[in-house]
Amino acid sequence: MDMQAEIAVLRFGLGAKPGELLVAAGDPRAWLKAQTSGSVDICSATPLARSDVIYTALIAAREDRRLRRQASAQTPAATPDANLAVDAKAANALREVYQPHYRAQVLARAQSAASTDRGFAERLVYFWSNHFAVSADKGAVFGLAGTLENEAIRPHVNGRFVDMLTAVEQHPAMIAFLDNQYSVGKDSDLAQRAERAAAWRFDAAKPRRQFGINENLAREILELHTLGVNGGYTQADVTSFAQIITGWSIGGGKGRLAGGDPGQFYFRENLHEPGAKTFLGRTYNQPGRSQGEAVLADLARHPSTARFIATKLARHFVADDPPAPVVERLARAFLKSDGDLPHVYAALIDSPEAWSAQPQKLKSPQDFVFSSLRSLDMSPQRPEEVVRSFDLLGQRQYTPGSPAGWSDTAKNWDGSDALMHRVLWASQIAARFDSSKDPVDLAVSSLGSYVRAETLSALRRAASSAQALALLLMSPEFQRR
Amino acid sequence: MRPSKTALSRRRFLLGTGALATAAAMPAVLFANPGAAPTRTGARLVVVILRGALDGLSAVPPYADPHYAGLRGELAIGAPGTADGALTLDATFGLHPSLGFLHERYAANELIVFQAVSSPYRERSHFDGQNVLENGLAKPIGSADGWLNRAIAALPGDPRSPTRAVAVSQNVPLILRGDSPVMSKSPQITPDVDDDLLARLQDLYSQDEWFSARLSAGMQTEKLADDAADAQGSPQMAGATGADRVGAMARMTAALMRSEEGPQVAVFEATGWDTHANQGAAKGVLAQRLGGLDKALRTLSEEMGPLWSQTAVLVVTEFGRTAAMNGTRGTDHGTGGCAFLAGGAVRGGRVITDWPGLSRTALLEGRDVKPTLDLRSVFKSVLGEHLHVDARTLDVRVFPDSSGARPLQGLIRA
Repeated sequence: MDMQAEIAVLRFGLGAKPGELLVAAGDPRAWLKAQTSGSVDICSATPLARSDVIYTALIAAREDRRLRRQASAQTPAATPDANLAVDAKAANALREVYQPHYRAQVLARAQSAASTDRGFAERLVYFWSNHFAVSADKGAVFGLAGTLENEAIRPHVNGRFVDMLTAVEQHPAMIAFLDNQYSVGKDSDLAQRAERAAAWRFDAAKPRRQFGINENLAREILELHTLGVNGGYTQADVTSFAQIITGWSIGGGKGRLAGGDPGQFYFRENLHEPGAKTFLGRTYNQPGRSQGEAVLADLARHPSTARFIATKLARHFVADDPPAPVVERLARAFLKSDGDLPHVYAALIDSPEAWSAQPQKLKSPQDFVFSSLRSLDMSPQRPEEVVRSFDLLGQRQYTPGSPAGWSDTAKNWDGSDALMHRVLWASQIAARFDSSKDPVDLAVSSLGSYVRAETLSALRRAASSAQALALLLMSPEFQRR
Repeated sequence: MRPSKTALSRRRFLLGTGALATAAAMPAVLFANPGAAPTRTGARLVVVILRGALDGLSAVPPYADPHYAGLRGELAIGAPGTADGALTLDATFGLHPSLGFLHERYAANELIVFQAVSSPYRERSHFDGQNVLENGLAKPIGSADGWLNRAIAALPGDPRSPTRAVAVSQNVPLILRGDSPVMSKSPQITPDVDDDLLARLQDLYSQDEWFSARLSAGMQTEKLADDAADAQGSPQMAGATGADRVGAMARMTAALMRSEEGPQVAVFEATGWDTHANQGAAKGVLAQRLGGLDKALRTLSEEMGPLWSQTAVLVVTEFGRTAAMNGTRGTDHGTGGCAFLAGGAVRGGRVITDWPGLSRTALLEGRDVKPTLDLRSVFKSVLGEHLHVDARTLDVRVFPDSSGARPLQGLIRA
């Protein structure tokens, strides 16, 4: 049986909208390759606020909170409860700034996933967004998480890896998530001035502000974004790289941290550790910001990076345990093209292992929700329904909780309780669906020749149209890709 | 909402006799009369994994170490008796002031505090560190299953039954993954799914062992949770909200474990320990997390009721953090850290450590607390003394290549 169109649309893409299998059927490989050029924009009717706008609003809200606290400290409340009330109000004020943006981003993403004609390109956006994960459960990132995807990932998905890497590491969401904005070199202008000032004051009683680096961003760039954990770096390389990117910060502070456009990447010369540094056995003597950019450029063409990215792509598209020849092929394409991503995608599309008729991957909750929306031709209209769906299924959008992103293997999604939650969600969405559509027709338009005879017969025997739809969404062939 | 009694009995009926259910897939335990269930040891083990690397020097401050205050600066927890100072353990160590419940357990001889411990992992990646903590090997790769799963294979009871161990989450973390089936149950109370739909799904999955096994484990777990809520006679469990996730997990753990057919082993996880910036000292972000954990452990002990006397709770994290404060009022990834063993079954009231000190030469690579005890020595002792897993199984199957990590003696009351 010829399953090529099904594989292109269901495994590489996000699942079939009605009619999509027919479109892809002409030449499935060409259908995929046509999606690997150009920017991959979000398809949402309402424009989303940019990160600098959101960040600036957050700073203003924080300042407001600080003032409120100060005011309440000066006029002591009658009861401790009244103080708590002030705190709670302040926390609410912060949430009020962030939450609408988070919701708008989540809704826009779900609408894009439900409606796009370029399911493969859109899936690649999510792949990279998860590779460069930030997590909205960190206060400073809630509200910015989606902007990283829309501003730093989408423009470069079909471009060069080095450009995406640089855009991501200089995006305020990443810098805030991995705490780089106030990482300070010991010999930086700021630390030196503080040292001199302290020496003048001889004020031993006053605790001195200690300046130093924070290695979080440097370590995760090496471990999670480029070389991979066994990519051949040492603790000394982490420390050195952290020195190299001191000063990579966000504009719009106060006092000694003034400067830069509020909410945009800003290189703070006065926090930067000056001088040449050694990293992975090479000396970098570029001045200021360009030193870190030179390191990123070298990391982006490192063989360990090629292998790490190749492995993750193969795991995402082919199998949890990716076949070695596919990894080999993708890594070679990565190195040969100097990280030009469409070449890597072409090597993936041309890999015969990716076209085995047997589905290899359990859908993640996100895959499951998005493919369900496409199959049922539904586009969510309210952010609450999207947020609630992902809460229920244990994959709250933009909230992997760690910089490693969501796991891409079935082992992390296959708990018995997770399955029960999928059943629950499937039955809820099925109950809301237009019952005039024939479930058997929907099964064929969404699964093509993947659908099994047993499933079709279960749909025909179902007690109601809603029950039939729930069975379709929960069928093994729908749950896998 | 909780189902009514009628709904419960309907589900029980379905599980037992449902026309579409494949009886072969149903473990025998479901058919047994609960009153006649085989008695087994009442020992319960709860493992709490703190993901993100808990700062051991904040949780268990070595307040008397001459280098502590200097290295820690504004993050240092003061000596007992000072304002916001540590809760006393002994002449060197205290507990973070947010750990009031653990301190009570210490006084009641129900808590052992471990300091300067770690898994065999010596790099500083969270994810590899967690892999080693959970896979029971000396390296992050090489095993797709976890040591606790390999250990439950040695427990009494039907080896095909998923009800011997539970992950209190939707999915199963590495430590509990493996050949022995286990169940998972997230702490949120979810509405019941229509029984007829479940029965039809069982039928639809009859040719697919993978889905079929999970569905049947999920249905058994729902029944256990329903029974637990039922036995409690109150909607208390439904009070679990997002704001207190850890507390909700503790409540669900206790509810499931109290049940006659409930699991002997449970795992739950808490995140948010990766304190690179502004972690605070006696107050602040980390203090809040610790307070939440402490409260959850109190909830667990209260809700375990009389079973608490047979319970051991192991609290572990992937590694410790740097001895010195970093440039952003936080700490970076380190090595040696702390761990806790609490419960009525524990011979507590002790700090177990071979304290290396915090002098520059004593630190590992000049930055981390040097680990002096392998966590596997603790794990082996708990599995051996508490769950009676024999020594050979522990050395060969559960922790291969661990001959260097000999079990500690006498952690559990005889």
